[in-house]
Amino acid sequence: MSLSEYTDQWLSAVMPQVSEGPGWLTDLRQGAVEQFATQGLPHARLENWKYTDVKALAKRDFSLPKKVDAAELVAEKSLGVQGLRLVFVDGLFSPELSDLGDLPKGVNVLPLADNANAAKTVLGQVAAANFSGFTALNLASWQDGVLIDLANNAVLEQPVYLQFVSTAQENAVLIQPRILIKAGVHAQATVIEHYSGAEEAASFSNVVTEVDLADGARITHYKLQQESAKQYHVASLHVQQQRDSRFTSHNICLGGKLARQDIQVELNAEGAEVYLDGLYLGNGRQHLDNHTLVNHNAPHTNSNEDYKGILNDRSRGVFNGRAVVHRNAQKIEAHQSNANLLLSDKAEIDTKPELEIYADDVKCSHGSTTGQLDESALFALRSRGIDEAMARGLLTLAFANEVIDRIEIPEVHDQIEEAVAGRLPEKFNLKGLV
Amino acid sequence: MASQEMEQLVRREYKQGFVTDIETEMVPPGLNEDVIRFISAKKDEPQWMLDWRLAAFEQWKQMEHPEWAHVNFPEVDFQAISYYAAPKSSEDKPKSLDEVDPKLLETYEKLGIPLHERAALAGVAMDMVFDSVSVTTTFKEKLGEAGVIFCSISEAIREHPELVKKYLGSVVPVTDNFYAALNCAVFSDGSFVYVPKGVKCPMELSTYFRINAENTGQFERTLIVCEEGAQVSYLEGCTAPMRDENQLHAAVVELVALENADIKYSTVQNWYPGDEEGKGGIYNFVTKRGECRGDNSKISWTQVETGSAVTWKYPSCVLKGKNSVGEFYSVAVTNNMQQADTGTKMIHVGEGTRSTIISKGISAGRSDQSYRGLVKVLPGAKGARNFTQCDSLLIGDQCGAHTFPYQEIANSTAQVEHEATTSKIGEDQLFYCRQRGISEEDAVNMIVNGFCKDVFKELPMEFAVEAEALLNVSLEGAVG
Repeated sequence: MSLSEYTDQWLSAVMPQVSEGPGWLTDLRQGAVEQFATQGLPHARLENWKYTDVKALAKRDFSLPKKVDAAELVAEKSLGVQGLRLVFVDGLFSPELSDLGDLPKGVNVLPLADNANAAKTVLGQVAAANFSGFTALNLASWQDGVLIDLANNAVLEQPVYLQFVSTAQENAVLIQPRILIKAGVHAQATVIEHYSGAEEAASFSNVVTEVDLADGARITHYKLQQESAKQYHVASLHVQQQRDSRFTSHNICLGGKLARQDIQVELNAEGAEVYLDGLYLGNGRQHLDNHTLVNHNAPHTNSNEDYKGILNDRSRGVFNGRAVVHRNAQKIEAHQSNANLLLSDKAEIDTKPELEIYADDVKCSHGSTTGQLDESALFALRSRGIDEAMARGLLTLAFANEVIDRIEIPEVHDQIEEAVAGRLPEKFNLKGLV
Repeated sequence: MASQEMEQLVRREYKQGFVTDIETEMVPPGLNEDVIRFISAKKDEPQWMLDWRLAAFEQWKQMEHPEWAHVNFPEVDFQAISYYAAPKSSEDKPKSLDEVDPKLLETYEKLGIPLHERAALAGVAMDMVFDSVSVTTTFKEKLGEAGVIFCSISEAIREHPELVKKYLGSVVPVTDNFYAALNCAVFSDGSFVYVPKGVKCPMELSTYFRINAENTGQFERTLIVCEEGAQVSYLEGCTAPMRDENQLHAAVVELVALENADIKYSTVQNWYPGDEEGKGGIYNFVTKRGECRGDNSKISWTQVETGSAVTWKYPSCVLKGKNSVGEFYSVAVTNNMQQADTGTKMIHVGEGTRSTIISKGISAGRSDQSYRGLVKVLPGAKGARNFTQCDSLLIGDQCGAHTFPYQEIANSTAQVEHEATTSKIGEDQLFYCRQRGISEEDAVNMIVNGFCKDVFKELPMEFAVEAEALLNVSLEGAVG
């Protein structure tokens, strides 16, 4: 079967979802259905999907999720972050496992399926339906999610922890969350999106997150992807920034059989800045793909990007970082760096840091390296009696820690560091050291 | 620098714009099997060559025009191009310079290439290509003594068919890409170099290309083979006269380096870039590739690209032999409405292979320039090493500079580094020069030349001087 035939198959599977919700929403969804039908699933001839073949994913049959009880699994996978907590089991909001606590004035955190009308002016405003076939599919048939709405000057001290858990189902499930963050003038918040699941979970998560920052707003976003080794995960994060706003993204990609993360940032007014941090670690036959795009649409905007990758076994990593400086967007600083370690001869990395510049008063740079650990650092450790395997392990972990150490929430920092250490080859013998 | 001043400076005229009036023999525009047969017959080619051309033409008809490059130009009408033009005097070729059509010599004089002087002084042999047919070859005898074959590709097809058969199309296959296939079908002439085992070519070989007849495409074919332990340095330079119609130039260059061989290929490209509005100018769609077949072999590309309206060119190295080395040094200058999408591919196949890429792009006026490169390390390329640096300098706020470096690495012992920067000329650098009494124009020139130094120092001496002058002319106006 061809990709377009699969597209049709997918469409008929999600059709029941399209008619859910109020009238304006079904209209919006219907439009997205048409978009998906024309655009279809992405194929390898598209430059953006050159290294990631979704055919294996397209072939699979998915059903829509049903409510299941997964209290134990949720507790086991939780990062135990202090603060607000919203739990989604197979993409559906689970009120009994969640804790919305006391919200400060001007802050609204609403599960989306039951509060769709509240999101009328937000939904689809930042993420274009035609970004990719998957974005269109999500808009057409998202099932649940959350709206985080911060009024002007509202400050949320504690992070919002969004826990998504996939259960092991007989029939693979199509999980489509939609996350909407709207920050008013000078509003501040931290949001954690955490994806994990049962070891046998083999579903497909198709996530779209939209973030809208008004003047002076500050949002810190964590994306922690620890899905099972059988799970497919495709996500896109779309950010739109106004004057003097700051967006920080920590993107940790550890799980999934095939995982694809897109990040698109629009810097629309002077003083807007964005920090993009990322770490991907592949084992087995994992395929991990990260694509970022920063559009400098206004003068005096800055972007900083630092992505690191470790690839073991037969895993494959893809990194594509693109910074575009548009005409008349002068006084720009855009810096990008991507470093990779290959731990096995069967692993592969395909990286492409791109700069596209149409203004002259800019300072832009990018660097990308793929190589080995520093021999002198290795020697220094060995001269202190640490065996070679462990020395390599420590240095590899230190490499990852350059990204992990920028995680500011202690619970998250420690557990991610532990998870990374746990996923490094056993011969490194790091157990008990972290 | 005030923008008005800048604008004034950006205006410059193409100094080498003139058309020499020599009667040319050309076929009417259009492309079909008859044209290919005509070209082949004109060149007195054996049947196998004609068959090869026709097969390529069949392939080409199946292929689609490539759209991936970051360039924009009106669709090329392949039926509106004439595929063959030869200076009339080709029937009875001159044996020495004295017999050459004085008008031709005058043309070269205007270009600032005093052939005899240059040949004598620099010890350079030139296989000059005027439009499509080789006009004169110098120092042939001296090369013959050393056993080096340096002749036009047409001559090589007739005189050395076994060598041509063995190597032609072996580096760039007929189906490699749209323009390579087209070249295979209609190539009119080009150069052939064969350096036998253990021979160090006694002089630098040089070819000057020049498109001259109106509306003719130039389809050059170059093949250089270096046997075991052989060594050669080859220079290619081009200029073209001013005219309005766009001209298509689709060359193919193939290099083969066997064990311990060393090939250095240098280019100065200064085809007519079109006027300030982007009218006219050459379309330069070139496929250049070298294969390091033997262990410890080396291929080095150096290019200075200042001309052409649209450039699409990626001199590449396939590093098959153990410890073979590939190098790419490039300075590309675009001004006015010029567009260039250029870079290189380094394919690491063998163990211990090393490659270096240094690319300097200078973008001025309303031009657009992209570096597009691929570094691929295959699983077997143990200990492969690559270093890439590509820097862009922007002059004026209407130009664009882009970098698209692809890296595909499948070996854990490989070490690959890529660095890129984009900026304008630093105010502090300018200030530093100015406060020492250096004029703004001179200061900018100095800074730009310094920016390109890493590449210029790779050029053969006499070329480096020319390149520096060319750079100043190209940016005359834009920077000084």
